[in-house]
Amino acid sequence: MLKRVHFPSSPLPYLLVAPQLAITLVFFIWPASQAMYQSFLIEDAFGLGSEFVWFENFEVLWEDQHYLDAFWRTAIFSLLVAALSMGFALVLAGFAQRVVRGAMAYRTLLIWPYAVAPVLAGALWVFMFNPTLGIFPYFLDFVGIDWNHYLNGNQAMALVVMAAAWKQVAYNFLFYLAAMQSIPNSVIEAAAIDGAGPGRRFFNIILPLISPTTFFLLVINMVYAFFETFGIIHAVTQGGPGTSTTILVYKVFNDGFVGLDLGGSAAQSVVLMVLVIAMTVVQFRYVERKVEY
Amino acid sequence: MVERRPLTSLLTHFVLVLGVIAIALPIWITFVAATHDQYRMNQVPLPLWPGTHLWDNLSQTLFGAGLSGTEGAPVWLMLFNSLAMALMISLGKIAISLLSAFAIVYFRFPFRMTCFWMIFITLMLPVEVRILPTFEVVANLGMLNSYWGLSIPLIASATATFMFRQVFLTVPDEMLESARIDGAGPMRFFWDILLPLSRTNIAALFVILFIFGWNQYLWPLLITTDTSMTTIVMSIKQMLEAAEQSPQWNIIMTTALLAMIPPIFVVISMQKLFVQGLTETDK
Repeated sequence: MLKRVHFPSSPLPYLLVAPQLAITLVFFIWPASQAMYQSFLIEDAFGLGSEFVWFENFEVLWEDQHYLDAFWRTAIFSLLVAALSMGFALVLAGFAQRVVRGAMAYRTLLIWPYAVAPVLAGALWVFMFNPTLGIFPYFLDFVGIDWNHYLNGNQAMALVVMAAAWKQVAYNFLFYLAAMQSIPNSVIEAAAIDGAGPGRRFFNIILPLISPTTFFLLVINMVYAFFETFGIIHAVTQGGPGTSTTILVYKVFNDGFVGLDLGGSAAQSVVLMVLVIAMTVVQFRYVERKVEY
Repeated sequence: MVERRPLTSLLTHFVLVLGVIAIALPIWITFVAATHDQYRMNQVPLPLWPGTHLWDNLSQTLFGAGLSGTEGAPVWLMLFNSLAMALMISLGKIAISLLSAFAIVYFRFPFRMTCFWMIFITLMLPVEVRILPTFEVVANLGMLNSYWGLSIPLIASATATFMFRQVFLTVPDEMLESARIDGAGPMRFFWDILLPLSRTNIAALFVILFIFGWNQYLWPLLITTDTSMTTIVMSIKQMLEAAEQSPQWNIIMTTALLAMIPPIFVVISMQKLFVQGLTETDK
């Protein structure tokens, strides 16, 4: 990764990396190590002193039913978001790659939710599903569904899943479309000559060939649902009703900034860090290695 | 397409149009809400077709009192704050990543790999997992409620550094050899050869990073307590809270529209660069 031809050693390269390293040290590595250190401390009730307790915060976390529930909730939430947005994007991309003329026009019309901030996406959906005023509760009323996500935990979860998936469809669509367009035309034509119709070709040829993309998108979508949906949750439900939409990232924020439980929040941060590192490793190990056709 | 099937083609367009409608519906409803007055926006069912009050809502939101009953900053100031933050984050990330990628690819120096791994680690530490301690650092440095505090803690970037590293690795070695024969020093080579060669990559990255910066939410929420530093994306949440007392959905949705337009405009107008940037940075 170093150029064969390069400049001789001098103070210059240190100056060049200095800004990046300074920011990394001050705002990334130092706070992360602080979080790790704090996760071993318990503050007394008045915040006067703190005691070094090794792994007690983690043990408390592990026995805390609320935390374990939040863990499962996060897993279910991210799987639902990934499945919904990837499924929707796959169908749209599958049809869009058949279109010779106008494929780019459809692409233009489908990609803009990517640009909408998560909290804004949440605001739009909360407006559409407002129990007293919203458009959808008005229509749902005709089929006998009484929509109120302020009271019904499952409906609240459905709403945040829809808002989070809606925002991510654009991204998945772009990657699926690119993957399908890179399949050699001769493969598709050969299948057509053998008598495979469009549906059969999609399931037996296209779908297996784009499986690396599916795996890559699954990882990316899980990371997105884990960490970037804070704004949606905060705008739509604030973790409620009760704790029915409190996912891990929201709980770290809530326990730390609202509950002021520093040790517990830091321990949760460390658990999240381990999760990110695991996901990054998976992403780099399996995604970089292209699956051979 | 490999065969002519009129029925399948019809189905294709039908499904795609349905998909476009489903994707665009939330944005359409926002737009419609921004074109009606407050009276109409409190009657069930809400309209699905635009009204005539867009300009009234826009002028009231941008320059008037905005949402009555809240004491927020004027919306034009929030838009300016968002723009400043987005530009500082995106340009800052690009600048420091270009420099560090240049150092790592073109110089041999002690601790080169240490530097590389330290930058790599930032990938694994998103703001969300280190919010409290980072907040303390920024507070101790006295950067709360400032543009510096909003942008600098976010501008270290492993992905941008990796991308520029890839770009620089594809530049032929002969470029540097001939530049050195012509007597160019390292910085001269950087300015006159590397920068022009990576122009499209910089532009593509800028599109992605501008959207990333504009859409920041959790970080500004933590470090701005002064209303004059509020960003437009943050303000939506405050307005939603206010909506529980006085539902002025026309103003809220006009604000939401204003908050969405700049990043959407960037994506649509620079679509090619956007797609390039998205696929390059995520590999």
